[in-house]
Amino acid sequence: MINTRDILETISMIQEENLDIRTITMGISLLDCCHSDIDTACTRVYDKITRKAEKLVKTGEDIEKEFGIPIIHKRISVTPISMIYASCGGDPVKFARTLEKASQAVGVNFLGGYSALVQKGFAAGDIELIRSIPEALSVTDHICSSVNIGSTKAGINMDAVKLMGEIVKETAEVTADRDCIGAAKLVVFCNAPDDNPFMAGAFHGAGEPDCVINVGVSGPGVVRAALAKNSDCDITGVADIIKKTAFKITRMGQLVASEASKRLDVPFGIVDLSLAPTPAVGDSVAHILEEMGLEQCGTHGTTAALALLNDAVKKGGVMASSHVGGLSGAFIPVTEDAGMINAARSGSLIIEKLEAMTAVCSVGLDMIVVPGDISPATISAIIADEAAIGMVNSKTTAVRLIPAIGKKVGEELNFGGLLGSGPVMAINEKSSEKFIARGGRIPAPIQSLKN
Amino acid sequence: MRAVITVVGRDKVGILAKVSSICAENNVNVIEVSQSILQDMFCMIMLTDVSECSVPFTEFAENLAKQGEEQNLSIRAMHEDVFNSMHRI
Repeated sequence: MINTRDILETISMIQEENLDIRTITMGISLLDCCHSDIDTACTRVYDKITRKAEKLVKTGEDIEKEFGIPIIHKRISVTPISMIYASCGGDPVKFARTLEKASQAVGVNFLGGYSALVQKGFAAGDIELIRSIPEALSVTDHICSSVNIGSTKAGINMDAVKLMGEIVKETAEVTADRDCIGAAKLVVFCNAPDDNPFMAGAFHGAGEPDCVINVGVSGPGVVRAALAKNSDCDITGVADIIKKTAFKITRMGQLVASEASKRLDVPFGIVDLSLAPTPAVGDSVAHILEEMGLEQCGTHGTTAALALLNDAVKKGGVMASSHVGGLSGAFIPVTEDAGMINAARSGSLIIEKLEAMTAVCSVGLDMIVVPGDISPATISAIIADEAAIGMVNSKTTAVRLIPAIGKKVGEELNFGGLLGSGPVMAINEKSSEKFIARGGRIPAPIQSLKN
Repeated sequence: MRAVITVVGRDKVGILAKVSSICAENNVNVIEVSQSILQDMFCMIMLTDVSECSVPFTEFAENLAKQGEEQNLSIRAMHEDVFNSMHRI
């Protein structure tokens, strides 16, 4: 029989340390839904999603009960809608409404893919789709949107960066009556992965199969608890503990992914090895860093601690799953992490430090509330900085800023649920207007020439 | 399919009898039992065969959890694969 201690360890991970599977995300290709008439295309999109994902939620719930592992979200990612929209034209928001209707019909928590990939330039439909994002996110509840504006191979499309600064601001403005929540469902990427199961950035890349199951794990609380039990070991010991814990967490993800894939008769894609925090007490990435010996997240040493954590999570997880992908690493979304919220409130965590942290974590400036009077050019400049870090380091970076319309530094926004709440953080007040107004493209860096 | 039933709570008379009678009522065969006391807390682990279970497994697990709650015990029935995959390579 299995060792008693091992059984109790698993039980306490689930009961006390918030171990869960964050999401089972079904990726669905919509490439066969293109049509020159937008209404026909929408009907095809609706039919395909509801057909493929009909049993997704039920299957997720069955696995949750049978295996006793909480599965928090069931989600769908679809082909970037700009690719489908390109063949018909018309009002792209029709697609957003169709996706919303489909997501409600199958009962998923989020549907991602109201997206455009414009790292090198705009193709047919891209600009129209991007301009429709504020309206699309204000008339829907479950739809997430992302735009990829740069990559190591292509450089950074500064025209798109400029446009996205305006779009992020406008999205916050049109949802100002709901704590600007629209902007929390919009992410701007550099090097966006095709198989990411996490929101708001999930979409189903063009090279993916027709339908696929991707799973995102979670478990910052488990890592923190494991470190707390071994509080005196040196840093090598810390890395080893994180690796072993990440291995165990990822095995759960692999088990759920292969079981879901078997039951739904859909191929298994990847397990994303991310440590995704929630605002719940004991489920915080910041608290792991503090457990390592920092008084509060954001102080000197935070970047080094995060680099160690991010690397050890990958090393431990990679052997536990047959296919690893997505973002895979530690997330640092400020409003979704109790420790980060506290650090931001106390002033220990500032936006410049977060930018440095994004050079070593798995994504970027995530869920950061900024003053409502921020100019679109400043948002663009923050996006450009972040994209540059991703481009040069051949990693994914992203920006999800929420301009808190009508609020100033120190006031707070509250989204509720997994999106959490957080204080408005100060930004540099000096202008970047002229730099952003230039437009054009930042050429791909020399490290893109690998062939 | 085999399932692991774990019971954690304050020790009292009849816990083992209670859980095994629920198993028997649902035609679940108990293969192995181990129990210990950890810091005042009673911990029992049962390995069971649920392939002949007379109700769907999820229903059986919910019933156990409910009966446990009534007596202030945390009772969970989980698929054996969860533990195998996490602790064995």
